[in-house]
Amino acid sequence: MVTSSYEKLRYRTPSALASSTSLTRRRRAEEQIVKAVLFVFALVSVLTTLGIIFVLFQETALFFRRVSFAQFFLDTRWTPLFVSKRFGIWPLVNGTVLVAAGAMIVALPLGLLAAIFMSEVASERVRRVLKPFLEILAGIPTVVYGYFALTFITPLLRSIFPQTQVFNAASAAIAMGFMILPTVASLSEDALYAVPRSLREAAYALGATRWEVATQVVVPAAFSGIAAAFILAASRAIGETMIVAIAAGQQPKLTLNPLESIETMTAYIVQVSLGDTPHGTLEYQTIFAVGMMLFLMTLGMNIASYLLTRRFREVYE
Amino acid sequence: MTKGIQQTTSSERRALPEPFIFEPNLDRRKVIARIWESVALIAILLGIGMLLTLLVRVFLDGLPYLRPQLFTEFPSRFPDKAGLRSALQGSIWLMVLTALISFPLGVGAGIYLEEFAPKNVVTRFIEINVANLAGVPSIIYGLLGLGLFVRGLGLGRSLIAGVLTMTLVILPVIIVSTREALRAVPTSIREAALALGASRWEMVRDHVLVYSMGGILTGMILALSRGIGETAPLITIGALTYIAFDLRGPLDIFTVLPIQIFNWVSMPQEAFHRLAASGIIVLLAVLLSMNALAIWLRNRLQKRW
Repeated sequence: MVTSSYEKLRYRTPSALASSTSLTRRRRAEEQIVKAVLFVFALVSVLTTLGIIFVLFQETALFFRRVSFAQFFLDTRWTPLFVSKRFGIWPLVNGTVLVAAGAMIVALPLGLLAAIFMSEVASERVRRVLKPFLEILAGIPTVVYGYFALTFITPLLRSIFPQTQVFNAASAAIAMGFMILPTVASLSEDALYAVPRSLREAAYALGATRWEVATQVVVPAAFSGIAAAFILAASRAIGETMIVAIAAGQQPKLTLNPLESIETMTAYIVQVSLGDTPHGTLEYQTIFAVGMMLFLMTLGMNIASYLLTRRFREVYE
Repeated sequence: MTKGIQQTTSSERRALPEPFIFEPNLDRRKVIARIWESVALIAILLGIGMLLTLLVRVFLDGLPYLRPQLFTEFPSRFPDKAGLRSALQGSIWLMVLTALISFPLGVGAGIYLEEFAPKNVVTRFIEINVANLAGVPSIIYGLLGLGLFVRGLGLGRSLIAGVLTMTLVILPVIIVSTREALRAVPTSIREAALALGASRWEMVRDHVLVYSMGGILTGMILALSRGIGETAPLITIGALTYIAFDLRGPLDIFTVLPIQIFNWVSMPQEAFHRLAASGIIVLLAVLLSMNALAIWLRNRLQKRW
């Protein structure tokens, strides 16, 4: 559209302004070049996704040439670094889900309550005081949470439950719960905030108290948005690495006891990466197979969250 | 007959959804509301309490090792001689180079999507893709870096492999914050520039970018502060090595602050844990000053319309 108006200008320009014609041509060329370059920059993100899929797929395919699908999905032990190698993924999935579920048990109620307080109860002034603390909590590097889990939460757990192992799922789960708490809180708050004022006013007019309005009108109205926030937080918990690598241990096993040492998928990738594993070995390929599993799990959850958010938007726009 | 009427009423009542049952005891409901509101406040205070406990703990643990040698010495087997010299160099180099590469890439992509992109399938696809990348666990980027930069391009476990990996990790954050900053500039500014005969790029370069630079730089600093604390992708590309020499160039092997901290936390000795805590104090101090800078920039450069 812009270009066509230049064209008109050029044809109607008197000869005195002819020099501007070449200028216009140069400007149009510059415009096209800049636009092309910026488009290429935007494509980098697409190339990143393709790169991830390509790299994971390539090494995973090599892995499955040496280890069968049946071994991967049916065996109940994961010991690729031992002499007798077993390749059952479930112990790692078990550890991952156990820690993530524990983290969600901490983060869900606290995060939702925090969101309700911020959005429905707190005055603007109180909000402005509390919000930065949650933002700092979100900005702390995960390795710091790992340190805190190992040197503070674990000793605390051991003083309450003496049978707790030095590395255990519970300690990592609690630290991770507080790590994802701000995510749950701020995304849920956004969802609550998007509920139209008229719904609240209608409920107040019927004589509801502030808490009744919040829990019986606003939260149900924002439900899909809150659910999306929960799923996104769970996906972050599953992909979280440093806390579990530091505090949860390196013993892949099928257990539901949070006080035992376990190993998550991410912690396994770190464990192998710490050693100098030569390219092309089966050990090297296992981390890509585990990475593929992790990628697919988080991708599925991100898509679910995205679909929920979109549905939620459709309701009130 | 009376009984019959009563029954209908009560069954009608039961048929209504729960919230609509009229409960006249307002005083009791108000007390319940108060109690729950306090519980919600306690939930927030619990999070803040956790944060304060963490900060105080780390500070008390790390204080004894927070001394000049921490900054001038290389890592060592002896906690009293160990320092962060190579880790600090690595983190500074990594952040400077990552900023240089990711700034044009991220801001450029943001400008394209916000100012140039036609509304079509390709644009929609790129947008969904950026949103999805923001949700990919950072360790997956580490695997990408390992397969693509370390092995594929043959860069080895060098600083530049780390820089490229880190660039991809923070790129979605920069794109999203750039778009938000651009969106904050009112359309009237764009229309005015176009009406005076500016081309689209001239409009963006001379007007929209100038006004949104505060927001863009703020987002950039916040993205870098995420990158500086990021550990997992760099461990995956193999940056956890014992390094006792000064970093000279982008092809050298390297280590960074959070990796050195992780290394010390993994040691069984108590003294190394305290050393890790002192490293955490340094890391948090860097993060805090970056965030303060971001807030200062936002307040100084951001325009109100």
